[in-house]
Amino acid sequence: MTSTAIQATTQISDADILAQAKAWKAQGKGVALATVVQTWGSAPRREGSQLAVDDSGAFVGSVSGGCIEGAVIQEAVDAIADGKPRVLDFGVSNSQAWEVGLACGGKIKIFVERLD
Amino acid sequence: MQQAILDQLLKDRAEKVPVVLATNLKTGAQTLLYLYGKKGSAGWPHEVAEAARTALRHDRSTTIETAAGPVFVNAFNPSLRLIAVGAVHITQVLAPMAALAGYEVTVIDPRSAFATAARFGGFSLRSDWPDEAMADLKPDLRTAIVTLTHDPKLDDPALAAALRSDAFYIGALGSKKTHAARLERLRGLGFSDNELARIHGPIGLSIGAKSPAEIAVSILAEATRELRQEAA
Repeated sequence: MTSTAIQATTQISDADILAQAKAWKAQGKGVALATVVQTWGSAPRREGSQLAVDDSGAFVGSVSGGCIEGAVIQEAVDAIADGKPRVLDFGVSNSQAWEVGLACGGKIKIFVERLD
Repeated sequence: MQQAILDQLLKDRAEKVPVVLATNLKTGAQTLLYLYGKKGSAGWPHEVAEAARTALRHDRSTTIETAAGPVFVNAFNPSLRLIAVGAVHITQVLAPMAALAGYEVTVIDPRSAFATAARFGGFSLRSDWPDEAMADLKPDLRTAIVTLTHDPKLDDPALAAALRSDAFYIGALGSKKTHAARLERLRGLGFSDNELARIHGPIGLSIGAKSPAEIAVSILAEATRELRQEAA
């Protein structure tokens, strides 16, 4: 058994996400962070899970199993533009969330902020 | 987020300092809070500092309601660590599984034929005696310790050091009979039954595991239960 295969499949850690945010900022890019701040039911990621986004929409990390990342990234790009922090709610009762696919029955609240 | 807060957060993480990022979700205001001391808490509702300590202890980030609005306390704990005593066959599969689950893995075995880079490429290997290695590694609340050698002169000193630490999980490989004899020897070292109850032996959840990989799954599952179930 070699460690190569393991390193290749190890998930990016939260520290790596913040380090990537810092690196993007240092390159002069606009950067936003999205963080899961509350969950109900069978939400796919724990509170504290993060996503870093740059002004072109490139991202690292995750805030769900992939179902709402698209919508969160769009809000993050908007936050980079206007500098306003925002709180996003996704859940089965939210028709937009249903469209973007948080069909697992959970609800999550996400905080999006610009890195200043 | 202010750049200065991000820089300090990354510095704390690099230095393995447990830290909480508190965010007022109404205003976006943020501060960094620590397990000990009052640094960063000025101007914040008193319950935020308390929630920050709880979040670190249970490794569970959460949003609390305060008079100043909802505040998210995001706990950034140092990495989980797994210390495995015995560079044996089970360890060869347990180490990569634990790495996938987020543990920094250290393998201790003074028998140089076992603890070779060829068998454990990429993992931290130590060939000193378990008691010396443990004194150096300083296991903490975020550490799991497993003894897998079957050899009392290697396992026992490691278990004694584990019992004197805050390790969240301690497991020892061996049958019920072996384990009873082990507990008797450790009682002889002065450990009480309450203290000895921290040792999971025979190690692992009872899932009928037979192969080394299956035993590794049962060990990792048991450690996960100890880590998460109380907070869940």
